[in-house]
Amino acid sequence: MSDHHHKETFITKYIFSTDHKMIAKQFLITGMFMALVGMLMSAVFRVQLANPGEYSVLYNLLPGGWISEDGALNPDKYLALVTMHGTILVFWVLTAGLSGTFANFLIPLQIGARDMASGFINMLSYWFFFIATVILMSSIYVEGGPASSGWTIYPPLSALPEAIPGSGTGMTLWLLSITLFVVGSLLGGLNYIVTILNLRTKGMSMQRMPLTCWALFVTAILGVLSFPVLLSCGLLLLFDRSFGTSFYLSDIIINGEALHYAGGSPILFEHLFWFLGHPEVYIILLPALGIVSEVIAVNSRKPIFGYKAMVGAILLIAFLSFIVWGHHMFMTGMNPFLGSVFTFTTLLIAIPSAVKVFNWLATLWRANIRFTPAMLFAIGTVSAFITGGLTGLILGDSALDINVHDTYFVVGHFHIVMGLSAIYGMYAGVYHWFPKMYGKMMNKTLGYMHFWTTFICAYGVFFPMHFLGLAGLPRRYYTNSSFPMFDGLSDINEIITFFALAGAVAQAIFIFNFVYSIFKGTKASKNPWKANTLEWTTPVERIHGNWPGELPVVTRWAYDYSKPGAEEDYIPQNVPLKEGEEEH
Amino acid sequence: MTNLLIALVVFLTIAAMVQLVRVNELLSEITNKDTNEVTDEDNNQNGILFIIIGFGFLAFVIWQMITWDHLLLPPASSVHGAEIDGLMQVSMTLILVVFFALTPMLFYFAYKYRGKKENTAYFFAHNNRLEVAWTVIPTIVLTALIIYGLRTWDRAMNPDVSDATVIEVYSKQFDWTARYSGADNILGDANFRLVEGRNTLGVDINDEKAADDIVVREVHLPVNKPVLLKFRSRDVIHSAFLPHFRVQMNCVPGLSTQFAFTPTKTTAEMKENEGEDFEYVLLCNKICGSAHFNMQMKFVVESEEDYNKWINSQKTVQNTLTLK
Repeated sequence: MSDHHHKETFITKYIFSTDHKMIAKQFLITGMFMALVGMLMSAVFRVQLANPGEYSVLYNLLPGGWISEDGALNPDKYLALVTMHGTILVFWVLTAGLSGTFANFLIPLQIGARDMASGFINMLSYWFFFIATVILMSSIYVEGGPASSGWTIYPPLSALPEAIPGSGTGMTLWLLSITLFVVGSLLGGLNYIVTILNLRTKGMSMQRMPLTCWALFVTAILGVLSFPVLLSCGLLLLFDRSFGTSFYLSDIIINGEALHYAGGSPILFEHLFWFLGHPEVYIILLPALGIVSEVIAVNSRKPIFGYKAMVGAILLIAFLSFIVWGHHMFMTGMNPFLGSVFTFTTLLIAIPSAVKVFNWLATLWRANIRFTPAMLFAIGTVSAFITGGLTGLILGDSALDINVHDTYFVVGHFHIVMGLSAIYGMYAGVYHWFPKMYGKMMNKTLGYMHFWTTFICAYGVFFPMHFLGLAGLPRRYYTNSSFPMFDGLSDINEIITFFALAGAVAQAIFIFNFVYSIFKGTKASKNPWKANTLEWTTPVERIHGNWPGELPVVTRWAYDYSKPGAEEDYIPQNVPLKEGEEEH
Repeated sequence: MTNLLIALVVFLTIAAMVQLVRVNELLSEITNKDTNEVTDEDNNQNGILFIIIGFGFLAFVIWQMITWDHLLLPPASSVHGAEIDGLMQVSMTLILVVFFALTPMLFYFAYKYRGKKENTAYFFAHNNRLEVAWTVIPTIVLTALIIYGLRTWDRAMNPDVSDATVIEVYSKQFDWTARYSGADNILGDANFRLVEGRNTLGVDINDEKAADDIVVREVHLPVNKPVLLKFRSRDVIHSAFLPHFRVQMNCVPGLSTQFAFTPTKTTAEMKENEGEDFEYVLLCNKICGSAHFNMQMKFVVESEEDYNKWINSQKTVQNTLTLK
């Protein structure tokens, strides 16, 4: 790998770049675009839920054929929107957009490497993701519409075009797209792991790695172990759909006709799906928690409390995440004893999660907090992690799950603990590392406005959903007006929709700030946050190879903030220990 | 016209934001300070906002709990459901206590320790005692909760079904059908290949146990008598959800599932408390296609006499389907 900044053409610099920093930006911008699409979809179906069957101007955003003659959204297309919203947010935004951006950007910079272990494979990982994106987006416009059987695509619904129109071409494209997506994320994940294990600079032992790198490292391992299972799960579904096999299908009559399938089990699909699906939750969450740990330490001007416990908690959560998938399946009729085992392992996750929350609180205690927009979002993440994590104690308990399973209680729970925590973590990361990405500062005032409006609206959207769930309302209902028992709930739905639309508009502040700052933002200094990690020792101007001369040598951990006896309230990792100074 | 208006609003908003940022930048030129550097003033403002908005959020939560309490499901109408409600109360109390302890602490710390130029943070990297304490305490609390939860689950899943009325609940896009097992309390064989014409459940009419089976579109249950529901599906996965009884089970094509429970309150009793419109209802709770939101069947719980009167007035399979 060259130490020097070599010549780049427009194409090698901006399109087929092998520089990890550029690839990170490609992931970020593609992720942001998909986030916008996914959010607009949710705005459309929230309007339907608040005013069932009525026309809305938002429906102008939809392709032709999605609106019934009386101007309302079609029920099939409502399900299509819900499915695509879930798929886009879970995979495109919070997996690729979050891990893809920050693993690419931070791993080499924070461990002191010139680039990823393989720049070429890294480039491939983005382009697989890009093609997957194009295919997924094009599936919206095919006949029958995109996949509509929920983002979990349970067969037989997802296998039979006769059952729902979206299970035709749309579903085939979904499977194709997700296959390419998995290939892309495996290429990326292997690269992250190899880079961290092999390319750490002198002195950067594992015990000195910033928590962001630990989180991204463990996330990559989770991805490499679980995504292949999704791939095989999808392939078997493809066989059932296209070649007449019976892995998942059995005893089916559709349109009055008995199908040939015999001996398959949809429950097998669910097991395979959730074997990825649950680690996936932590693939989404852990990078955000890593980012938040870093941002909180830097802006509290204090070391992160209990560094070793934080690393231990990440490892324990990751391990447990592989043995809890059955809690998504308590109601499938699986052996109740198996349900007991999954309840036990699931509730254990509360222990490392609690440790993380207490450690963040201890970090804030007696801090000297600097409220950058990133810090606001980091505190928002901790709040969401507390609020949403606690309701997991209800859902993870099989006996209680009987009555809240698949209701809006679940929707509220995972949108707060996984959606909000991760999105806030992602925002924290973008605000924090924007100066390093683009050499410019983002506008502070707009950042504050963005955080507070988002914080208010997000709780306004997701907290009331718990009440809908406790009232018994199932998720994925086109309208709740067909059951008199839900008549009282329309007020809640209107409140939720109001906050959802306001929250969507508030994101325009961020998009504006982001785009404006890239071109016209004030110039950033080398280390604007006075942070310790190695990325802030690189020059403001982007160079391929990261450091102009020798690689920095690390002599201390990343969290020497406000260390007694030091002249300033931070000591970068490459500053040698003074004589007689102890390493934290 | 509306589109034009929307475009106008978007344009004006962007223009407003550009102006705001420009003012900021000009201000920084005049005062010769970097406007994006966080000042003590900013720390103050955001710290105070954490108190106002953070505690506002808590007030919003309490408001919801009070205002929407009457919308939540009434107490369970089944034996195991009452136990689940007990577990729910304990769990809910626990999480509310933790929520109302940690969330204010977070927002208060944000306010209390907001930065000032002259302050320095306290270097506090770890403390083994504290860390052990907040690992061990959650572990103990969770152990208790897990044990309580598993006992409740175990009892709910393994009731005595020796004298339970056996009823099959059959799902298809987008309706439910039920089949009583009749006088012998044994369901006759059924096979999806036998579905034809009026035999919508594919009952094997050669099986003599099927003769007394009764196919209905509305389920009646005698109060305080255990019932065993067996589920089948014809096309895709559905989920039989009876929220008032705390009963839910997936209906999976190719697989037989079941759930047993004992209803404890009649529909008439529920009407007294919940209003004249009250009905027990079975919903579909697994995405199953376009009319998923409207897949329902009525359940009626009544006294044993009323139930007997009703069931005796229904026609058996022997009466409705031609036997060979």
